[in-house]
Amino acid sequence: MTTVAVVGLSIVLFVLGTIAFIVKRDLLTQFMAVEIMLNAANLAFLGLARGSGRLDAQVIVFFVMTVAAAEAAVGLAIVLHIYRRKKSIKTEDLDRLRG
Amino acid sequence: MTADVIFCVLAVVSVGAAAAMIVSKNQGHNALFLVLCFSALGGIFGLLGAPFAAAVQILVYAGAIMVLFIFVVMMVDPRAGIPPERRRRAKLLGVGMGVVLLFELGVAAWGWLGKTASPVPPAGGPAGTPIAVGRLLFSEYVYPFEITSVLILAALVGAVVLGKKEESEP
Repeated sequence: MTTVAVVGLSIVLFVLGTIAFIVKRDLLTQFMAVEIMLNAANLAFLGLARGSGRLDAQVIVFFVMTVAAAEAAVGLAIVLHIYRRKKSIKTEDLDRLRG
Repeated sequence: MTADVIFCVLAVVSVGAAAAMIVSKNQGHNALFLVLCFSALGGIFGLLGAPFAAAVQILVYAGAIMVLFIFVVMMVDPRAGIPPERRRRAKLLGVGMGVVLLFELGVAAWGWLGKTASPVPPAGGPAGTPIAVGRLLFSEYVYPFEITSVLILAALVGAVVLGKKEESEP
């Protein structure tokens, strides 16, 4: 379990999250993809800080999780709002800004 | 070494769950795959000597946030129309961009790690016990912590306002 392995896993998870965000066409799954990317960043923090004896990475991970929780609450409320108005959460149906 | 074996198993589980989330079309299944992925990542956090982060990961992410997600999955209508054949192009584009991103991140991490990191950090540094983390959180990081609580309050109020049923919407 070297640092390289941990950072590599973090990179792979981040890329999978990005692919899911681009490929998927509904807001909920895209939201979940964002959560995966946040977790990959957390993993990179912890993996790089391991063995240094410092605990700042854990504190930063805590902050990232808090912000992610706030973001999930507001974002899911927005998704519900969009669903009430449009009766759909597919991104194809949300094209009012298309020129 | 058992830690390496456990790390490999958890890594495969988390990557597999994330990949299954891409393949699966059911949003409820997606949420459950995400729970699996987050739980495996919590185990990895524990292996990395961060028991506090591991516990928060399981409690907040795999618990609270995913419950929110599953609530919303149950509230919206899952069977919306299958989009037209533009999907295939988007899929190819997404995978292609993912490969490019993987390459870029790999090059960046490889160059950086090769330059700076010592090969293997000596295991057995001071474990990040929750006591030490809490002490750090409430001494050096106390202002960010308080600002975070204001952020949570704002998010709470925002979620309530956004989620409210609107009576007089034109």
